[in-house]
Amino acid sequence: MVTSVTNLGRSGLSDWLIQRVSAVVLLAYVIFLSYVLLACSPDYQEWKALFENTCMRIFSVAALLAIAMHAWIGLWSVSTDYLTERTLGGKATLLRLSFQAISAAVLFTYVVWGIQILWS
Amino acid sequence: MFQKVSAYNSARILNLLKCFNSNNKQIISCLECLFTSFEPPLGAMTSVIKTVNDKRPVNLDIGSIDLPITAYVSILHRISGVILVAGVAVLLWILDASLSSEESFNAIKAGAGSFLCKLIVWAVLSALIYHTVAGVKHLIMDLGIGESFEGGVAGSKIVIAVSVVLIALLGVCIW
Repeated sequence: MVTSVTNLGRSGLSDWLIQRVSAVVLLAYVIFLSYVLLACSPDYQEWKALFENTCMRIFSVAALLAIAMHAWIGLWSVSTDYLTERTLGGKATLLRLSFQAISAAVLFTYVVWGIQILWS
Repeated sequence: MFQKVSAYNSARILNLLKCFNSNNKQIISCLECLFTSFEPPLGAMTSVIKTVNDKRPVNLDIGSIDLPITAYVSILHRISGVILVAGVAVLLWILDASLSSEESFNAIKAGAGSFLCKLIVWAVLSALIYHTVAGVKHLIMDLGIGESFEGGVAGSKIVIAVSVVLIALLGVCIW
């Protein structure tokens, strides 16, 4: 049995809820940006002004954090389903934890990089 | 009845068990939910389980099972999710370029770039479209809509139809 010590909320129910809440935030962000790009067709000044707006920065950082949490729960589910001793043998735990460590580093980098883009 | 529950569903049950492995009480209530949602009452289910030979082979080899459309939609949701983890880097790179200067913004807006660049952007946005549409199906089912076997199959067909149309339109937009 794979332990759940590496999951985000320490319980399946907690992860389930975080996955839904982050999904709704990301859905709203995707719909909003699609609308802006398709219906408003902004020029550079309008586009830059949009991302300098405080409300949009709050929305964007919320989306960045939602990506990190949502992707962590997704990658955790995938890695604990497929990177197991049944599929990979004795080295499975080492491989799974390595995969999860790299995933966490990548997602943390996305958050910092995204904030840097928004405030540059 | 119990043997009719496909091996794919057995895998889903194992997943549920894994989710709740920290709390035995949750496992029991979870299984009760699962079993009482089928036609026979819980008592009938347990009597069927007891008569099953414990030594029969268990087949969870996904390659040898004829998967329903719901399984393909679910697996594609996972694959598109993993692709999107890498895709976020592409999207952040585009956002960075679009905000850094007017020239790079106009270049992106005009759809400049090699065929390979466009193909990568199309692939990432296609994964985003599919993952979003399949995710909306999840949220709708969480509201209790379309939770039957027939509803699941219908929902999966809608997900594929809507995604194919949106991905095709995206392709027209990019090229």
